[in-house]
Amino acid sequence: MLNIKNLHVSLEEEDKQILKGVDLTVEAGKVHAIMGPNGSGKSTLSYVLSGKEGYEVTEGSADLLGEDLLEIDPEERAALGLFLAFQYPVEIPGVGNMTFLRTAVNSQRKARGEDEMSASEFLKAVRERAKSLKIDADMLKRPVNVGFSGGEKKRNEILQMAMLEPKMCILDETDSGLDVDAMKLVAEGVNALRNEGRGFLVITHYQRLLDHIKPDVVHIMANGRIVKTGGPELALEVEQNGYADILAEVA
Amino acid sequence: MALAQVKIDATEERLNTLDMPQEGWSTAARKDALMRLRSMGLPSRRDEYWKYTRPDTLVQPKALDAAVLQTDEVPVFDALERLKIVFVDGVFSADESDDLVLEGVAIERLADATADIHWAKGLYGVLENKGQNPVERPLAALNTAYATDGVLIHVTGKPSKPISMIYRHISESSDAILHHIVKIDKGAEVTILENGPAAARFNKCMEIDVADTATFHHVRAQGRDHERRAATHVFARLGTESTFKSFTLTANGVMTRNECVIELTGDDAHATVAGAALGDGDFHHDDTVFITHDAVNCESRQVFKKVLRNGATGVFQGKILVKAGAQKTDGYQISQSLLLDEDSQFLAKPELEIYADDVACSHGSTSGAIDEEALFYLRSRGVPVGEATDMLTLSFLAEAVEEIEDGALAEEINERLAAWLARRRD
Repeated sequence: MLNIKNLHVSLEEEDKQILKGVDLTVEAGKVHAIMGPNGSGKSTLSYVLSGKEGYEVTEGSADLLGEDLLEIDPEERAALGLFLAFQYPVEIPGVGNMTFLRTAVNSQRKARGEDEMSASEFLKAVRERAKSLKIDADMLKRPVNVGFSGGEKKRNEILQMAMLEPKMCILDETDSGLDVDAMKLVAEGVNALRNEGRGFLVITHYQRLLDHIKPDVVHIMANGRIVKTGGPELALEVEQNGYADILAEVA
Repeated sequence: MALAQVKIDATEERLNTLDMPQEGWSTAARKDALMRLRSMGLPSRRDEYWKYTRPDTLVQPKALDAAVLQTDEVPVFDALERLKIVFVDGVFSADESDDLVLEGVAIERLADATADIHWAKGLYGVLENKGQNPVERPLAALNTAYATDGVLIHVTGKPSKPISMIYRHISESSDAILHHIVKIDKGAEVTILENGPAAARFNKCMEIDVADTATFHHVRAQGRDHERRAATHVFARLGTESTFKSFTLTANGVMTRNECVIELTGDDAHATVAGAALGDGDFHHDDTVFITHDAVNCESRQVFKKVLRNGATGVFQGKILVKAGAQKTDGYQISQSLLLDEDSQFLAKPELEIYADDVACSHGSTSGAIDEEALFYLRSRGVPVGEATDMLTLSFLAEAVEEIEDGALAEEINERLAAWLARRRD
């Protein structure tokens, strides 16, 4: 599904290398988690994959379903099936949440040469998915993320994911700013989307999210590289001993 | 101070092209206005109040031609239930207008009102005259003196539908001067709509008297004819617990100067003036607002948003004057521009002058580009860059459009904004 090879990335504005050779493959149907201390490059990886400006790829490659991600625009990556759940979802005053969702869904369909969703089909689909995420009609009507609590913003991200039905989902610190109940709700939303055809990359600082979204593979990232890969037990090791031991071990 | 000879000459040169309609009750007001105009002279580019907008083309004896826009687009407000009053190149068209009959309001054409006694005599040129102080507005005085047409609207109740003035432009060389009077009695309520480019050059003045507890709603869409030039004035007086809300959409227009002068004279009154302007290329748009608080516990809002690209220019001169004794005033003013490239410019002069000690006044003015974070967010969801930019542009304008109280009218304006953007999408 997602193949990242020897990816090197610098900031465009300053001469600073963030990713120093990332190798990672996420298979369809699998959940991979990336853990790592602050500044290890986790979020940068998610931004580079989804096409945010300000980064320069100096070496390596990343492709999704055989397509070179790094050559195409963010909207094309989305239409191809990539989705990034933002750590800090952006507030957009004056644009209704429903309008935004419908524009996104139909833009992707159009780009893929599929029929656009009718207003009634769309409404039905949104209502079903919103209900299980406990998103009420008011949240759907309000401007995108404006006045939403931290938990509401994250649930809104998962709602978008559910509506867009991506093939490859990247969750960037989706647990940040969530209390236990909100995290459970978000995790349930994600778990409901797990299936054989879909890959997940879950980026997190803490093991606790992984109690709810059980990963198949856990990677530890440090200093712009993946330094260790293992099963779910690796996350527990981090929880108990912190990153220091693992980093010392691989150093 | 004596006027410079060059200014006197320019003024007389313009006046030579005009004939004053001299009939009935308005004659005295017109002559007074001409005296005012002669004492101040027409604006020149050296005047402080015209520092950011060159008045030349608004003042010169003959109007510059303006091509008539050819479009099969359905005009704004067309789908709404309304009473239509149509002016073609500044001349009332009885054929195209509805019968000027509507319960709760009396409407009369200015050019027909020739008796010696008329209720409008107490307003015609009166609010304009008051609005000349402390800042001179010579084009408004010229309007009072020489207006050839317009309507006199006396609102006594709550008419069931809006009164809609439609300004059609069909002659490339038309030069129109219209003057409207709106008098709203105590407790009465009216919505006035205006749309269309009116003429190659358009000078329009509207004087509005809002009595105690009365309500005035105004939504205007200035025509898209690219080469048209317009100088408009709104003068309003607000009584106790009255409401005044005015919104203007301006898309295109090589020269527009919209002045709005409001005086809150009764306690607990509310005034809102808002505008959304879209300029592409050879576009100059100036919003000049002067709100005077002369009563206790009044609220005023000025909300102006401009989207500028390809070298377009936006101007905002907005003032809140709080007179001594106008305690508990709540004044708000915001003027913002979205500059879509480095060739466009926004010039803003926000002013507060406060002589009372228990007031809350806030003002802000910003210029910015499209928010890159938000743009990336939309694109990452699959929205193409052009559409995403339009969504964020509408989002930027939303604060101004939201000042329109009527949801259907706000929606109508939003659709026009979206259509304008979509036509220009790369």
